[in-house]
Amino acid sequence: MASAIIEVTDLEHSFGDVKAVDKVSFTVEEGEIFSFLGPNGAGKSTTINVLTTQLPCQKGIVRVCGFDVRTNRQAVKKSIGVVFQDEVLDRDMTVRETLEFHGRIYSMPRSERLARETELIELVELEQKLNVRTKHLSGGMKRRLEIARGLMTRPRVLFLDEPTIGLDPQTRLKIWDYIKGINEEGTTIFLTTHYMDEADTLSDRIEIIDYGKIIATGTSDSLKNTLGEDMIYLQTGDDDRALGLAESMSDVTGVKKTSKGLELILSADGGRVMPKILSSIGKESIEILSVRMKKPSLDDVFVHYTGRELRAESAENAFHRRRRH
Amino acid sequence: MGREFLTVYWREMIRFVRFKGQLFAALVQPALWLLLFGIAMTSNFDSNPFAMPTIPGVVSVDYLTFMAAGVMAMTALFTCLFGGMGLLFDKNWGIMKEMLASPMPSYHIQIGVGLGGVTKSFIQVGLIMVFGLVLGVKFFLGFSALETVFAVLGIFAFIMIFSAGFIFLSAGLAMRVESMESVQAMMTLLTLPLMFSSNALYSTSSFPVWLQTISSVNPLTYLVNGIRYFALGNDFTAMGTHYEYTGGEIALSFAVLLVFAGLTFVFAWRAFRTAKVT
Ligand SMILES: Nc1ncnc2c1ncn2[C@@H]1O[C@H](COP(=O)(O)OP(=O)(O)OP(=O)(O)O)[C@@H](O)[C@H]1O
Ligand SMILES: [Mg+2]
Repeated sequence: MASAIIEVTDLEHSFGDVKAVDKVSFTVEEGEIFSFLGPNGAGKSTTINVLTTQLPCQKGIVRVCGFDVRTNRQAVKKSIGVVFQDEVLDRDMTVRETLEFHGRIYSMPRSERLARETELIELVELEQKLNVRTKHLSGGMKRRLEIARGLMTRPRVLFLDEPTIGLDPQTRLKIWDYIKGINEEGTTIFLTTHYMDEADTLSDRIEIIDYGKIIATGTSDSLKNTLGEDMIYLQTGDDDRALGLAESMSDVTGVKKTSKGLELILSADGGRVMPKILSSIGKESIEILSVRMKKPSLDDVFVHYTGRELRAESAENAFHRRRRH
Repeated sequence: MGREFLTVYWREMIRFVRFKGQLFAALVQPALWLLLFGIAMTSNFDSNPFAMPTIPGVVSVDYLTFMAAGVMAMTALFTCLFGGMGLLFDKNWGIMKEMLASPMPSYHIQIGVGLGGVTKSFIQVGLIMVFGLVLGVKFFLGFSALETVFAVLGIFAFIMIFSAGFIFLSAGLAMRVESMESVQAMMTLLTLPLMFSSNALYSTSSFPVWLQTISSVNPLTYLVNGIRYFALGNDFTAMGTHYEYTGGEIALSFAVLLVFAGLTFVFAWRAFRTAKVT
């Protein structure tokens, strides 16, 4: 029976008038990969900052590894590892020095430090770069180094704030492998990401947060199932009339008009519902231009819950912000 | 207390020796200053007979020797006043977040950076002293070997406390402000008055009263007093001024520097205790 390693109850955090986190409650079980999803500015990093004691816990109760972040900050810090959203590296220190520095400020004994360094450098495949300054590493190598650093102290929980932002597909796959490997060895992972495929592949459980509030929670499959059995994308000669027709049909739980046509969410098997829909639209002599059916993806779940409007900051900008000026 | 501050110190020193250009400038600049400024001024002052009334029986010190103590002091001042700047970089583009997220208490950063500043001052001041002696600065005249060792230790004790004071000041400022520009402006605003209201390059005895008052709260003045006392003795004339130091005065100078370092320590300690980077 797994036990809760992170317990958050009614957490609130404000920056002046901005309520970044608004009465958030959730738990993370020991040994799982937990994903925190949400649009830009949803409050993910703020939550991580409170959980990792970087920000004070203004309101609510937060326990990490059994320790209260308010009264037992040191103990929390000792039992966790953090990979920040922004790049946090000394550009003029070498890869080896970066890990060495980290091990030392966490008071690791020398022998353990050296053993871990060798082990982790191998894990993230930076053996060739040991004596290279971090400014000469590629973006993916920097990220791998930061992940290795987060693991130096064998933390019970590793916080990864957008670990694969701006990386190429190969590097992302590699990093997923590391994350899975680390998790199999027993480290609980707290992950945020804007890549739904990443969350889908890695997570045991997902919470979606928006405007500081948790709006959906479950496993990837259960979230997809709550959305519907199947989805149909439809383009017709007269979307407005088709929309009216579709809405009135049973087994259609949601219809949305997008720039590309209509998006239908079905509560029953699409293979049986689709002919009925198409024939009723055909009867009204509305031309059908294209039709496509698929299972809901995590992307659909995300858009369904958080809407389509753009947020203050696009993922693209967030990536540029991460890079140095 | 843990020893994690040594790690911060280790990193400070890595950075000090890693930037070869900066290291070269840090070591050569004060020497150059001593060479050009010192020799130019010496040839000016020392050839002017009115400026140098000597008192029979009292050692008369030439200008180069007189100002060497001042250049040593100013070098320590600059090194440490700008020594906290690295923290601002760490906050905006570096590993301050990592350090603050670690279980290491944040005052270890302050102590590590402080030790780094003091070490850098020691290296620079030591080099200037050696370079000055080669150039003809007449320090430790008539001292026995033991007296010379004692004098050097005394000088370094003064340099240490003074450097700690200024590195804490600049570290505290760096942790409180947001932008590079504002610290730089503050430092520039501080350096000139500190330099020119002190006795580093000339005597303050003919200053108007208000300027003497400023001079008397200027830590640089007390450092220069200490260095001159240990390097030149307690009774000499230079540029027409008769300098007589008593042991009590020097002890007081040291005490003033201690108080200054204590105040800036608290100033920095508070800044670190409340520091957060998110
Ligand atoms: N230090 C700060 N000062 C003021 N406001 C802040 C600060 N940090 C975050 N905020 C605000 O809090 C809100 C939540 O920000 P947060 O960084 O937690 O979002 P996020 O979910 O991590 O977004 P992203 O996906 O872009 O990283 C935003 O409105 C942001 O502007
Ligand atoms: Mg974020």
